[in-house]
Amino acid sequence: MNTEAHAVESHAGASVGTNLAIWIGLVAITGLEVFLAYEELQPSIMLTILIGLSLVKAAMIMSYFMHLKFEKFSLVLWLVPAMIFCICMMMIFFFPEAFRLLQMRPHG
Amino acid sequence: MHDVKTDAALDSAWSGGASPFAMGSKKLGMWLFIVSDTLTFSALLITYTYSRITNPDWPRPFPMNPAIIFSTAMTVVLLASSLTMVMAVMAAQRNDRKKTVMWMIATMAGGLAFMGLHLREWFHLFEEGATITHNPWGTPQFGAVFFGITGMHMTHVLIGVIYLGIVATGYGRGKFSAEDVEVNGLYWHFVDLVWMFVFPLIYLMSVKY
Repeated sequence: MNTEAHAVESHAGASVGTNLAIWIGLVAITGLEVFLAYEELQPSIMLTILIGLSLVKAAMIMSYFMHLKFEKFSLVLWLVPAMIFCICMMMIFFFPEAFRLLQMRPHG
Repeated sequence: MHDVKTDAALDSAWSGGASPFAMGSKKLGMWLFIVSDTLTFSALLITYTYSRITNPDWPRPFPMNPAIIFSTAMTVVLLASSLTMVMAVMAAQRNDRKKTVMWMIATMAGGLAFMGLHLREWFHLFEEGATITHNPWGTPQFGAVFFGITGMHMTHVLIGVIYLGIVATGYGRGKFSAEDVEVNGLYWHFVDLVWMFVFPLIYLMSVKY
């Protein structure tokens, strides 16, 4: 394989229309999040839904605005699983301890 | 003299002179920075959630009107600046220097507007008696995590605005390439992406009913 073939590729990315649609989608999801906050849901349900919606927004920004969808898939495999693993490790260390401390609190 | 197998090995991607993942070193470096900074913000947000879970009397100082409406406007401004950055990158790929600089200035304006709105929010909280060490609503850690996380994010926005100014000036004068604009765009979208987690976790989870 010639090194020329490995030259830096120019990624055209999505069209203006697609980017605009993504932006409208992001604003709409933000509106939905604010509406859920207005509805006064239980904190645990609220937290789950908000984290889910934030992950969808993050995926939209990374895929289209940051062009990750148009890069080589090996880049995604190189970056994303390692990052998720590290975040999961932090959560595994922190959260069981947080719930244990909550149960230890004096009631009343 | 090389045989066929040796030549194939020398011509492979491992022989040097190749771009990993078919991208430039600046862009790859920015992606690595983004991953490391994601972990920094993840640690901060997980620490916040940890404090929140262990303190059931966590303050809820943000009423829907004006605090949440105000922070929603900040979110829309930051999202709008991401769209202008996308337009700047597209203009740079067409080698349209004038429009690229114009869209980058619009992005800087969005970033400055976000900072202005955020500082107004901060000063409003100062007036209510909230500082980094104590607040009038209860759990003292609130000030530390609120000002710590939003301050860290605002620092990133400020650095982003300065970075945009440098790249826009350099690109306008022909010193920087379209790749530099794209790398700058990656940083700016990352700042936007972080806010997509800060806004719901810090503001929407602390609505005062």
